[in-house]
Order: sequence, then C-alpha cells, then structure tokens
Amino acid sequence: MSVTETTDPAERWEIRIDKEADIIAVRQLVRELTKAHHFDQFATAALTTAASELGRNVWVHARSGIARVAVLRGPRLGLELEFADKGPGIEDLPRALAGGYSTARSLGLGLSGTRRLVDEFDIDTAPGKGTRIVIRKWKKDF
Amino acid sequence: MASGPIPILKIGPTLLATIQLDLHDSVVDTFQNDVLEEIEKTDSSGLIIDISALETVDSYVARILADTGKMAKLMGTTTVIVGMRPAVAATLVRMGYFMPGILTALSLQEGLELQADRSRAPEGS
Repeated sequence: MSVTETTDPAERWEIRIDKEADIIAVRQLVRELTKAHHFDQFATAALTTAASELGRNVWVHARSGIARVAVLRGPRLGLELEFADKGPGIEDLPRALAGGYSTARSLGLGLSGTRRLVDEFDIDTAPGKGTRIVIRKWKKDF
Repeated sequence: MASGPIPILKIGPTLLATIQLDLHDSVVDTFQNDVLEEIEKTDSSGLIIDISALETVDSYVARILADTGKMAKLMGTTTVIVGMRPAVAATLVRMGYFMPGILTALSLQEGLELQADRSRAPEGS
C-alpha cells in the first residue's frame, strides 16, 4: 500500500498499553487529534471506536503492547494508528476478519468492525508472533 | 441508591441510569451489576439508560448495554436506551452491530413517555 503523505516527528505519539486505563488514554488522544484537525463527528466516532477496539485487543489478548498515533500530511490529511504486540497472534485470520469470531470479551466484531470503520487496514500476524495492525482514515474535504 | 460512578435514580416506576463518563471496562461491569440490584431493590418496571453524553460506544460497551437490557427483561423490566448520538449509531451499524432486541428513544423525555405507554398497555399490544 503506497502512502504519499508524510508525518512530522512532532506529530507522532506513542502510548504503552499495559493496563486497561491505557486504552482510554489512546482513545482520548485520538479524539483530541480528530477534533483538533476538524474531522466530522462520524469520522471522530469511527476513529475513537477503532482505537478502543484495537487497544482492547492488545490488552485482552497480549496484555501489553504499543499504540502509535501519527498525523499524516500531504495531498490528504489523515490519522494513522498502529497497534503492535508480542502476544499469541491470530490463529485463523480470515475467520477473525469475517467477524462473529469471539475469543474474549467482545462481540467478535473487533477486527471485522474496525476494518469497516476506516479507509485502510493492514494486519500482520502469525500464531506465536504477535500482531501488528495499522489503520488510516483520511479527512473528507466536503 | 447504588454508589458506583454511574448515578442511578428512581423516577416513579422507572429507574434512570445516566452514563456520563468515558467508561473503563471495570466501570461498565460494575454498572451492570449495580443496575440489576437496583431494579430488584426498587421494584422498578422500567429502566432507562441515558447515553447522550457518550461520544464513543465500542463493541464491548454496546454488548454490556444490550446484555443489561436482556437481563433486566428476564427480571420483568423493560429497558429503553435513550440519547444515542448520530455518530455512535452510525459507527455501531457500520461495525455490524444493531443492538438486537433493545428499545431506543431519541431523548430522555421520549424514553419516559415510552415507558409510561408500556406500563399502561397490556404486554404484547
């Protein structure tokens, strides 16, 4: 996936997830950034919800990980969220992405639902190798 | 009344729980237990959960809200979720979650009217 937009180091943040409250910290950072950059309320809710789903995935499945948030600038303005952990990884990725596959405290909609909320969704995972998910959402100009 | 971080008030035969915080999972879990206990203690025939302050309802919170409604229903209490923001509704449906079996109303006022109508009408009408 080619992204022409770039990011300034001053507009990158990293939050360690190793307790439940860290999920809320990530969500709040994302909400502040979407508001600061005037995303509409639908994009704001989509991004904060995506942050919550993916942050909870890290906490529930891996117990610790890293969330990275970046503002992307160029032809379009966007937000990029990355969640990386060294947890158990996902055994059956197609099934997890199809939804309705719940291993822990969720609806089983975490990954499939999040994917529908954002413009770009990349996932890299293997059993025993952890999981890295990158999502991007672009601001609409109309 | 329950001492959790989510206030639960009794208005006539209806319990009103107003969620004002950005919720931790543990708060949501406590809320579910508190509200069910409060229904029993106060013998309430209706429950209204006001979520108008919530900017984000993720799949976990949505499930807890829906489950709370189902549990209340087993106890004989009707739940109405009121004040869901447009962006929250859009996000849940885009994720594929429709809060099945849960009554909703636009505002607290409409929720109270719905509860009053239901308590007057025989079940199933």
